[in-house]
Amino acid sequence: MSEMPASLRYARTHEWARQDEDGAVTVGITDHAQEALGDVVFVELPTVGAQVAAADPCATVESVKAASDIYAPLAGEVVEVNEALGDAPERLNESPYGEGWIFRLQPNDTAELERLLDAEGYRASLAD
Amino acid sequence: MRRTPLYERHTAAGARMVPFAGWQMPLHYGSQLDEHHAVRERAGLFDVSHMRVADFAPTLAPALRTLFAFDIARLTPGQAQYGCLLNERGGIVDDLILYHRGEAGFRVVSNAGTRERVAERYAALLPASGWSLRDDVAILALQGPAAAGIMAGLLGREVDRWRPFTGQSQPGEGEPWWLGRTGYTGEDGFEIILPATEAGGLWQRAVAAGAVPAGLGARDTLRLEAGLNLYGADMDEATLPAQVRLGWTVDLDDPARDFVGRQALETVTPITHQCGLVLQAPGVMRAGQHVRFADGAEGRITSGGWSPVLSQSIALAQVPDAADGACEVSVRGRWLPALKVRPPFVRRAPRAPAPMSA
Repeated sequence: MSEMPASLRYARTHEWARQDEDGAVTVGITDHAQEALGDVVFVELPTVGAQVAAADPCATVESVKAASDIYAPLAGEVVEVNEALGDAPERLNESPYGEGWIFRLQPNDTAELERLLDAEGYRASLAD
Repeated sequence: MRRTPLYERHTAAGARMVPFAGWQMPLHYGSQLDEHHAVRERAGLFDVSHMRVADFAPTLAPALRTLFAFDIARLTPGQAQYGCLLNERGGIVDDLILYHRGEAGFRVVSNAGTRERVAERYAALLPASGWSLRDDVAILALQGPAAAGIMAGLLGREVDRWRPFTGQSQPGEGEPWWLGRTGYTGEDGFEIILPATEAGGLWQRAVAAGAVPAGLGARDTLRLEAGLNLYGADMDEATLPAQVRLGWTVDLDDPARDFVGRQALETVTPITHQCGLVLQAPGVMRAGQHVRFADGAEGRITSGGWSPVLSQSIALAQVPDAADGACEVSVRGRWLPALKVRPPFVRRAPRAPAPMSA
């Protein structure tokens, strides 16, 4: 069974989001998602400074199997991207909630975070 | 959904099982990339029991000479031949390996996805008796530079003088095993056809001897690096052998040998051919994506993916004969530069493919 830390919020499209102390939100893909994708070989990162709306496709993860869009879990401005994934895309598989994070957003409205699923809700969505 | 005799071994080893051509098959056992590298550097073990095996009596030799596009009269006992079964239009019904098994006759291994179609063609084109479909056997493929050493240990005899593309039989508990020094990875290796009941034991011994279980995912990236076609992706019944670099398997030497598809091949000239592509930008090429050349010619990718050895995306594409000049591929909405090359992309040891001059 894949991991789902209770401290994170989740989107039905398999992204996780975590608000950091500086107010920005870190985004990645879930353990379930990386397992389903298989070995990740390339990540196309968003551009720092880009404005994204909730549910906008803003990154692409290419695995040995297929390409998958990564959607912004909430609206905001991209303030940082995980450049280390360029040389080490396998971090998405090895540490989806840690070194495999994809980008950080400055949210337009922090309350949007509350509309995402909690771990239990995400787990239930996988059973649908 | 059908299961091979090794299904329990796969699930016990933690395989991710996926449906493939009506069978439940292992996609990978954890990491497709690790399995790929294991085959290139050491040895991998594949279950390919979903493939179609058929046996033909020696008396069917004349019928087989007109069934296949290669000429079995050229083969001596023990030899294997890769080639095609064609339709009347010269299109590829399937690609396959035939083994000349001496007095035991001929054995053909063809694809899982064409099991029914190929059986249909056998029934339509061969005498009613003298051949049989073998649903009671399993096939294991042991592939990689360490395969020969592992094989020698499993068989208890030397395999050093066993040449590529030849086969031998090996006594088993019941019907003898048939072993071909053949494969679909570009590496040295063996394909072992044995009674289904003995497959689990051999699997276990091969793994204990150091062979790494490898799934269909690695099988696909390995064959793509080796520039080998995948039936249903790179070719189908509308594809002529010459269009997928298989013209060499068609034997036109004996004018009296009127094999199925011969007349069409002698009258139709294809206007597209296959080339290899290596992406020159970050990204991954996939089947179905469009290719364009500086001279305006347009083609299509038939197989694409990631080369774990080159750490670049590679693809096989069908392009017009006239295609010339700089090449670009439409990858997820962007035109990215690609280099047109002659496959294979990887040959035993990693090395860059040569640019295609023609």
